[in-house]
Amino acid sequence: MMDRQEKGDLSLVALTKSFATFTAVHPLDLTIPQGSFFALLGPSGCGKTTTLRMIAGLEEPSGGRIHIGDADITGTKAHQRNVNTVFQSYALFPHMTVLDNVMFGLRRRGDKQARAKADDILELVQLGQVAGKKPTQLSGGMQQRVALARALVNRPDVLLLDEPLGALDLKLRRQMQMELKRIQQEVGLTFIHVTHDQEEAMTMADSIAVMNTGRIEQLGDPATLYEQPRSTFVANFLGQSNLVRARVNPGGTDHIVTVRVHDTDLEMAREHLPEGVDDVWLGVRPEKLRLGEAGGPNHLRGIVRDVSFSGVATQYSVEMPWGQELIVVQQNDGTARAALGETVSVSWAAHHGFALDASQDAEAGAELVDDHG
Amino acid sequence: MAETAVLSTGSAAPRSRRRRNWVPYALLLPGLLWLVVFFVLPMVTLASQSLQEGNVDDGYVFTFNVGIYLDALKQYWPQYLRSLLYAGTATVLALLLAYPLAYFIAQKAGRHKNLLLVLVIAPFFTSFLIRTLAWRTILSDDWFVTQWAQALHITDLLQAVGLTANDSLLSSRFAVIMGLTYNFLPFMILPLYTSLERLDPRLIEAAGDLYASPWQTFRKVTWPLSLPGVVAGTLLTFIPAAGDFINARLLGTTQTTMIGSVIDSQFLRVLDYPLAAALSFILLITIVSLVSVYVRRAGTEELL
Amino acid sequence: MKWIKKHLIAFAALAVLGYMLVPNVIVAAFSFNDPKGKFNYNFNEFSTEAWTNPCGAQGICESLGLSLQIGVIASLSATVLGAMIAFALGRYRFRGRSATNLLIFMPMATPEVVMGSSLLTLFLMLGVPSGRTAILIAHIMFCVSFVVVAVKARVATLDPKLEEAAADLGANPTQTFLRVTLPLAAPGIAAGALLAFSLSFDDYIITNFNASPSSITFPMYVWGAAARGVPVQVYVIGTVMFLLALIVVMTAQLISSRRHRQVV
Repeated sequence: MMDRQEKGDLSLVALTKSFATFTAVHPLDLTIPQGSFFALLGPSGCGKTTTLRMIAGLEEPSGGRIHIGDADITGTKAHQRNVNTVFQSYALFPHMTVLDNVMFGLRRRGDKQARAKADDILELVQLGQVAGKKPTQLSGGMQQRVALARALVNRPDVLLLDEPLGALDLKLRRQMQMELKRIQQEVGLTFIHVTHDQEEAMTMADSIAVMNTGRIEQLGDPATLYEQPRSTFVANFLGQSNLVRARVNPGGTDHIVTVRVHDTDLEMAREHLPEGVDDVWLGVRPEKLRLGEAGGPNHLRGIVRDVSFSGVATQYSVEMPWGQELIVVQQNDGTARAALGETVSVSWAAHHGFALDASQDAEAGAELVDDHG
Repeated sequence: MAETAVLSTGSAAPRSRRRRNWVPYALLLPGLLWLVVFFVLPMVTLASQSLQEGNVDDGYVFTFNVGIYLDALKQYWPQYLRSLLYAGTATVLALLLAYPLAYFIAQKAGRHKNLLLVLVIAPFFTSFLIRTLAWRTILSDDWFVTQWAQALHITDLLQAVGLTANDSLLSSRFAVIMGLTYNFLPFMILPLYTSLERLDPRLIEAAGDLYASPWQTFRKVTWPLSLPGVVAGTLLTFIPAAGDFINARLLGTTQTTMIGSVIDSQFLRVLDYPLAAALSFILLITIVSLVSVYVRRAGTEELL
Repeated sequence: MKWIKKHLIAFAALAVLGYMLVPNVIVAAFSFNDPKGKFNYNFNEFSTEAWTNPCGAQGICESLGLSLQIGVIASLSATVLGAMIAFALGRYRFRGRSATNLLIFMPMATPEVVMGSSLLTLFLMLGVPSGRTAILIAHIMFCVSFVVVAVKARVATLDPKLEEAAADLGANPTQTFLRVTLPLAAPGIAAGALLAFSLSFDDYIITNFNASPSSITFPMYVWGAAARGVPVQVYVIGTVMFLLALIVVMTAQLISSRRHRQVV
């Protein structure tokens, strides 16, 4: 393992944090390649911020090691690590100008070119003209960029971002997501981004670790996580999922198996079925469902119980004969529409379904999603 | 309240804090040592002194003479009672005067806020003895204040309720209580201002929006939220006022002597140290008991 | 009528402010008096005599000098001791917290006459002579608590994340304290020091218990003058102190308001 590592990869080995009454982070193993944009995603209290603080050196691990490349930094203090943080509340020094804030880290290390580097980085985040102002005189979005510049200018081995966009309004947040991504590509540093906003994580990160109750539920690139969640928590926390109880029928082909939902047989891709499980939750994302029969070979009939129009799309709630309501999101592209109370067919393609072990709670993670994204 | 906030953020404090546990004790040591040696220890020597017998020339012996406390109370109970009454009245008056001013500065003054605060604080930096002397001028018989008060029969009214003995204002209970109120007013205004400034004006608007009359808004919203300031202010006014004797001596007569004056002269002129110490100790116990009952009833133990 | 009702609070507030300031106006006016007798209680004739010769009354400037000296030393010492306690209370978890709070609160809940007299019994018992040192000890003692309250209020509002940010940016604990914590706590420390100075400078009751005939502070001088006859110079010094206080407090306000300018 070790010899295959790039020089600046960050690796956490069995990293643990326990407090007196609970364990915030269970032994965690994770390697984040140098230069990647990595997201730690999870609801509040899942241990993502504690993990970040341990990497920063602001929290002492109860066990395990932290390596950057070949160097073990577990025992070093925050001020000795070449790791910088963009804090959630920005934590800008209110008694210093923007420029002094940005030069703070460079000066601590006696950098002779502190001024030039600070000017450059302020240019990069487009704040050159406010260098002489105090942070409190700036807007939230500008403060956010100062915090970013202050951390970036030190060219840390790893840059940690703790919910950096949480305090911004939606429009500004979208804009900053793009800008963060651009800056990361421009400077090529490792970014670790902690967030509870699944949309933000998927927009920006190369890979995402979804955390829940102190453990990583699933690790992967955004598309894989979304299309093939491996737990009900991930299925519900990343976007919405329709989960219906199903039993796997024996037989089938190499590519397709059928599962029985109540009295209907439905097809799904064999590669999306976990091994050795017969009782499953069959999952389909709402936007993969089609009203009518054009969506694919799988059909279910039900009654429209709720219609809510949101401009780009319309969301329907369709009640199945066994009482469960499926969510269908239909693009408003002029195709099939349905009215309240109408009986409709819902259809989807075999490869859009995924299956999860039925021993899990179907609601896991669903109640934790908020509307920040 | 503030305590729990500190403790709960404590769990997230950097590890160096928890590892180097000796740091807070090192920070506390010099200051607390000073207070123990020069505040707590003197209380012990005070109690001890009160139970000794003897005189300045021949020295004192510890005789556990508890009787002196009874003598002290028997002889000086009017001064104790007077001190508590004057201080209590002055505290209530100060609260009535300070509240509108503190409210105005905190909520209504806008850009004049800082100027008004300066005007409240600045007199406080001038020797209060000099300012008390100024009241002797203001209240003297020759000045218009007394003359107008006489013309408007206010002096008659004050005399009728026993606050003055004749138709002068100076050298009376009225003058002493007025002086106490005046002198400790800033101690009432500042804590009140602090808690009223934190009051979100939208709460007052919300109360009005929910059909509360201005008086009901005050009773149900403003007053309860300003209680920490009221408690701190009344304590900071009542405690020094109860022990004060400067106002009583400069603005009063021998009929208005307060207990502080007795303690002062027993210690420094009569040189009867055991009696003086007993008088002082009784005052301490009285104040501490009153304050702890008051603080408990007000329900705000976090005063610092 | 409606207008009056609407501005009732403003009128009440201004009336109270007037009540607070009237004695200062009187003091200023009477500093230009040429009084008839020994007492400066009635205005007789305009004169700048006392202003041109402020040390003209015997012993007045010596007592003023002593009070300034004691005020500076006592307030600086109390500020150091009190600020240390405030940092410990505001920034650390430790056992004995409530006992510490109680010990800080007690001197504020004790009448001055009790503190002064009890210190006197201690000094009598230990054989410590009255005078300047005894006064200094007493002043530092009663100022510490007020400094703790002022500084603690400020430290409590400081975001602990700022110190973490400093460490994160490579500042060691000493640098973090000197460059971040201390500058941010400075307004509270300055307020505490100013308060301590004014308390020390103005104290009569406690001082009187611990002073000797050779250590007459300014308040003691005024007290004595109240019995013997008040020289006009007392009013001059009172006026100067008021003006100085105005300037000092206004400057402090200006600095802090410039620091805390709102988000634009």
